[in-house]
Amino acid sequence: MIEQENHVLVVFPHPDDEAFGVSGTIASHIKNGTGVTYACLTLGQMGRNLGNPPFATRESLPDIRKKELKAAATAMGLTDLRMMGLRDKTVEFEDDEYMVEMMESLIKETNPSLVITFYPDYCVHPDHEATARAVVRAVHRMEKRPKLHCVAFANNTAEELGEPDVVNDVTEVMDVKLNAMRAHISQTAWMLEDLEKRLGENDPEAIQWVTQERFFNYRFDQGYI
Amino acid sequence: MEPVKIDDVQKLINSFANKEVYIHLETTNGSYASHFDEKFFNAGAFIRNAKVEYELGKIIGDPPSRVGLKLGDLGWIYAQGITHYELDDKGRLLMAGHDHQGKLAVSLQISETPFE
Repeated sequence: MIEQENHVLVVFPHPDDEAFGVSGTIASHIKNGTGVTYACLTLGQMGRNLGNPPFATRESLPDIRKKELKAAATAMGLTDLRMMGLRDKTVEFEDDEYMVEMMESLIKETNPSLVITFYPDYCVHPDHEATARAVVRAVHRMEKRPKLHCVAFANNTAEELGEPDVVNDVTEVMDVKLNAMRAHISQTAWMLEDLEKRLGENDPEAIQWVTQERFFNYRFDQGYI
Repeated sequence: MEPVKIDDVQKLINSFANKEVYIHLETTNGSYASHFDEKFFNAGAFIRNAKVEYELGKIIGDPPSRVGLKLGDLGWIYAQGITHYELDDKGRLLMAGHDHQGKLAVSLQISETPFE
């Protein structure tokens, strides 16, 4: 079972980052009566999926993704959604200290017992990396640190970090997870079609993908501070 | 957006000529390109709200088409792979190139007011 928390703070840069790896965990905490805050740094303005044929433009995409983000929050039962106003693809170019301060102020205000973000150096997208670095630095500076669970999915993750040390069974809220992914339809349509087909065929890998969420406790002794 | 109709796009490009305009120009393979294929060399670029004035602009070639904007004596703006366009509700000319899966690969946008 998922561990009981006092409050959970989730920090990712793009609408839909939460849906794939963490929406089951978010929904489980909410089901346990735990408050969850999701701080989403950008509106995914630079997403490449605009529909086929295109239903969105480079300029209308942010509004669409904002609505999808709110719909995903509703699907998860999440009421504390923060949109932090940065721009997709530019997070790593913000002032590093400004980024750490943003995370410090979120942590100070929400007082989480658990923080969830990406694992620096193992999260592929430059916005993910920059977000993760800022969160790790902010938590590292705290006297009494909350737990820090990180999502890692780079190709070299298993080789270098080994197996995840936290595996949440989210079978009970699998439908919520699928609904969170469906809410981000502009970005997920192509992969949901494939996923739902594989789930229909009881494909073990697909089932594991929607029933398990995997995290690494951040290793402050060997990593990014 | 709708598939490029050369004559219509050309008229729209002409309508912004010799005016101070804001440009969004972008090419992208997506940030995950090298994650899915480690041999893929991922390159991309964008510039947003560059303020320019072009004296001549053309769209050429069966879609995917090429667009070139000539800036005064020395400067150029160029985009290849334009497949779709739209004059949006704010009067901005949005041109985009979508790949075979429908994903955005290139974008060139012209506006008399800054993009948000």
